Formats: sequence, C-alpha cells, structure tokens
Amino acid sequence: MEVLIIKLILASIVFFAALNLAGFHTWVERKQSALIQDRIGANRAGIFGYRMFGMFHGMADVVKMFGKEDIVPAGADKTLHTLAPFFSVFFALAAFATIPFGDRLILGDRVIELQVAKIDVALLYIFAMLSLEAYGVILAGFASRNNYAMLGGLRATAQMISYEIALGIAILGVVMVYGTMDLGELVRAQGRMVGGWLPLWGIVTQPVAFVVFLTAALAETKRLPFDLPEGESEIVGYFVEYSGMKFGMFYLTDFLETIVVASLSTTLFFGGWQVPYLMPDGFHFPWGGELPVPHLVYVFLGVASFSIKGLIFCFVFMQLRWTLPRFRYDQLMSLGWKGLFPISVVNVVVTAVVLVLFGEAR
Amino acid sequence: MAVKVVRRRELTFWEKLYVPQILCGLNITFRHFFRNLFLHTAHRLNRFTHLPASVTVQYPEELRPLMSRFRSRHRLTLREDHTPRCVGCMLCETVCPARCITIVPGEHPDPNVEKYPVRFDIDLGVCVYCGYCVEVCPEDAIRMDTGILDLSAYSREAMRLDIHELLDPQLRKPISSCSLKFPHKCSLDGAKMMGSWDGIAKH
Repeated sequence: MEVLIIKLILASIVFFAALNLAGFHTWVERKQSALIQDRIGANRAGIFGYRMFGMFHGMADVVKMFGKEDIVPAGADKTLHTLAPFFSVFFALAAFATIPFGDRLILGDRVIELQVAKIDVALLYIFAMLSLEAYGVILAGFASRNNYAMLGGLRATAQMISYEIALGIAILGVVMVYGTMDLGELVRAQGRMVGGWLPLWGIVTQPVAFVVFLTAALAETKRLPFDLPEGESEIVGYFVEYSGMKFGMFYLTDFLETIVVASLSTTLFFGGWQVPYLMPDGFHFPWGGELPVPHLVYVFLGVASFSIKGLIFCFVFMQLRWTLPRFRYDQLMSLGWKGLFPISVVNVVVTAVVLVLFGEAR
Repeated sequence: MAVKVVRRRELTFWEKLYVPQILCGLNITFRHFFRNLFLHTAHRLNRFTHLPASVTVQYPEELRPLMSRFRSRHRLTLREDHTPRCVGCMLCETVCPARCITIVPGEHPDPNVEKYPVRFDIDLGVCVYCGYCVEVCPEDAIRMDTGILDLSAYSREAMRLDIHELLDPQLRKPISSCSLKFPHKCSLDGAKMMGSWDGIAKH
C-alpha cells in the first residue's frame, strides 16, 4: 500500500512536470523562433492586462482547441479515429515511466528510487513505447478515410521505423560500455571518473553514438528537419482530418516526445542526474577539495542537474528546428539507411572490439 | 538545340559530413538569439535603445512612418475664422473618377467668397484614393494628409463621411452635435439638410 502511494506520487510528479513542460514548450517555441528571426513573437493574449511576455497564448490555444468543433469525417472509422490521438499521447506519457530523474532518496528507513518504474530492461521498455507511438500515427492516417491522410500516415510510419533501427543500434554501444539496460544503473555507472577528472558520461565513451542517437531521435519526434509527416502548413500529414482537441493531442504528443527524447539523451549520454564530482556524501574535486553535502541537498542537486540538462536538450532541439531546412523524403531515407545505420553498426563493432581488447570498462 | 550546362559546385567533404554545416547554422541562430535576448532585456532597462532588437512594428500601438506624399483619408481645410476653405466650385466632384464626392453649395454671406458647401460628403467605400480632388482644388480646401489608414465600418452607410468628419479628422461616428460655424442651420441642430444621398449613390 505504501509502495503504491509512493509510486502514485512519483507518477504524478513526472506527469505534472512533463505535461507542464509540454505546454511551456509552445511558449518557448514561439518566443525562441521570434528571437532567432528578429521578431517579437506572440505577446497579445493577457489576463486582466497581464501579458507575461505572451505566456498565456498556450492557455488561449487550449481554450480555443476545446471550443472547436470535433469533426469525424463521414465514412471514417469512428472508434479508431477517436482512439488514435489517445494512443499517441498515452505512449508518449508512458515512456516517461522508466526515466530516472534522481538518485535514491532515503527517508527514514525507506529507500525511494526517483523513477516511476524500476525495470531491469528499462531501455527496451522505452523503445517499445516509442515504437508503439507509430500505431497512433498509422491509425490516425488509416481511420480518417482520406487518401492523403493514409499516405501521410504511411510516410510517418516508414520514417519512424527506419530511424528506430539506427536509434536502437546507436544505443547498443552505450549498453555495451556500461553493461546494463537498467537506466538507473546506467546513470550510476556514468558517475565514475576517467583519469580522476573527466566524468565517464556517455558522450565521452560514445561520441559517435551520441550524434547518431540525436539525429535519429529528432527524426523519431517528427520535428524539423524531419517533420515530413506533419509539415505544419505545407504538407498534408496524417492528421488532416483531425480538429479541436484531438488535433491538440497530436500536437501535445509532439512536445512530449521531444521531452522524452531530451531526457533520454540526458540519461544515456550526459550522466542523467549525475553532477560532476558529486558523490553521495559530497563533492570530491579532482584538485583535492572536498565539500560534504547533506543527503536531501544531494538528491535535490541530482534532480536539478537532470532537469537542467533535459531543458538544455529541449532548447537545442528547438534551436535546431529553427536552424535547419526540411529534408526531402528520399534524402531522409538515404540519410537514415545509408548514413546513420552503417555508422551505428560500425560504432557497435568498434566498441565491441575495443571492449574485448582493453576490457577495462567493466 | 542549344544546351546550357549548369555546373553546380560539388559539396566538399566537410559539407557532406553535415555536422560542421549544422554547427555553422546553429552559430548563426544562436548569435541572433542571444543578441536579441540581450537587447530585449537591455531595452527593458532603457539601455542600448538605439539598437533595435526586432524589426517588428507593433501595429495598432505604433505606426510605420508614412511618406510625405502618402494619400490617406481626406480632410477639409479651414480658414482662419474656422469656416471651411471650400468655395463649392464642384471641381473635385467633377474630376472624381469614382464619383464619391457629393457637394451641395450654398450662398456665402461674404460677397467675395460667393459659395460654401452646405454639405460635402465623401463615400470612402467608393473612393479610389487617386488624389485628383486634392490636385484639382483651386483653394487648397481638400487634402489627403490625415495619416488615417484604418478605415473600416460595419455598414456602407458608416463609410460615408459628411462635412463634420471631414473638417475634424478626430471626429468619429455617431456625431451628436454640430460645432461648425455655418451660415445655415445644420440638420444635427434640427434643420432639414439640403441634398440627399438618395439617387446619388446609384449611378
């Protein structure tokens, strides 16, 4: 019973953070693009004259979406058409479950893992969730009874499946180096130091995998430069036949996926909740200094570290979105199959050889 | 058949790697981002106001500067005694290609002036903003320099400006009382105005 309550609290914390961050993303997206393009950005919506730099536009959006008519096209499969956006959002949210956002929290004699679900194969679970998201997409395209939506859904699914391969193989390298699929253990393993001063983060041991992972993950989230499935205003995507809040849910999925991928990149390559030189009993600086830190502060620093790294990743994804032009579909496919896939395979082979020859990582 | 061979530059090795080029792009966007972020913050503190942080013109609050020759909404100019300069010569009504001007002249008490407009209406829904009326006016009585651009109304009726609004660009419908120095009594003050829109707008 106690375990259940703890898990519920953890789950609600994660949901609260993820959903709010997703809402916040709309604001960041507007303002960041505006700053990049020498504009001001949305700043009109206000409550009682308070505009808060346009932060209420997200709220106005949601109110608008709830107020819109929910249209199901004639001839569409009503059940599947309704189900598809829920599918998308559900799997995007479910993927958060195994991401550790802090080290063990010890309250009294109770040890709480700051992770909603501690699964031994957490990595596989996340990939399962990310793959299942393709179902929301293809269902949306299929159930709309619209040829263009169908084609859009197929395009999106093809893209997601193609890039999932590169994504999975890129991760293999990380798994081989740290020898675990449990994300909590994987983060803990990244706490060691190389030569006493360089944290053994994934980016240090697997820089190539990081680049491949980042690219494939961007494609997985269907954001620019890989936003061919959606192509907000130019391309007819899989959700043409959606309106109102169902459309909003696809949009929400988009932002949630970005956050999932950002936290996954943090966890795998940037040491998750690790703060450099911070051990459970305090800081141990390579130049010999020590700074003891109380347990609660230590845990808090870990959570803050994870959040900051994740937010930086979200920011970089956003920045990439407003920097790069969109790929053509054949370019997208050739990048995925002829570029990232071989690179990730070679990376795995090289990692394996190095591990066998030097074998010091474990 | 003439064939033009377009030789496009081959991508170099570094360009084919994508990553360095992406970093170049990120360099540009990050530069803009942080520069504008800094300037927006500085403007809040009234610093660096000579450097613009954005090219945006916040339209209803701030207007773009107009060229001095720009033709905006019309106005009728006044004499020193605040009566309209217009002498009711009908030149503008005659030259108007859209026939949007309606003038009903009346006899001016001053024998040197001869006539004045009892009514002077412009239908902005019809006006094409050619500026002929301004050019043709011998008395410099009509100008198009109010700088008013946001003309919009819910009805065609509301697009018709009468002499009160033309003489005072600040005035907006509905006009309740007549403050003009006319020799005659205005319809707003209970008199029956001469001339009518009936039969004029339906050319």
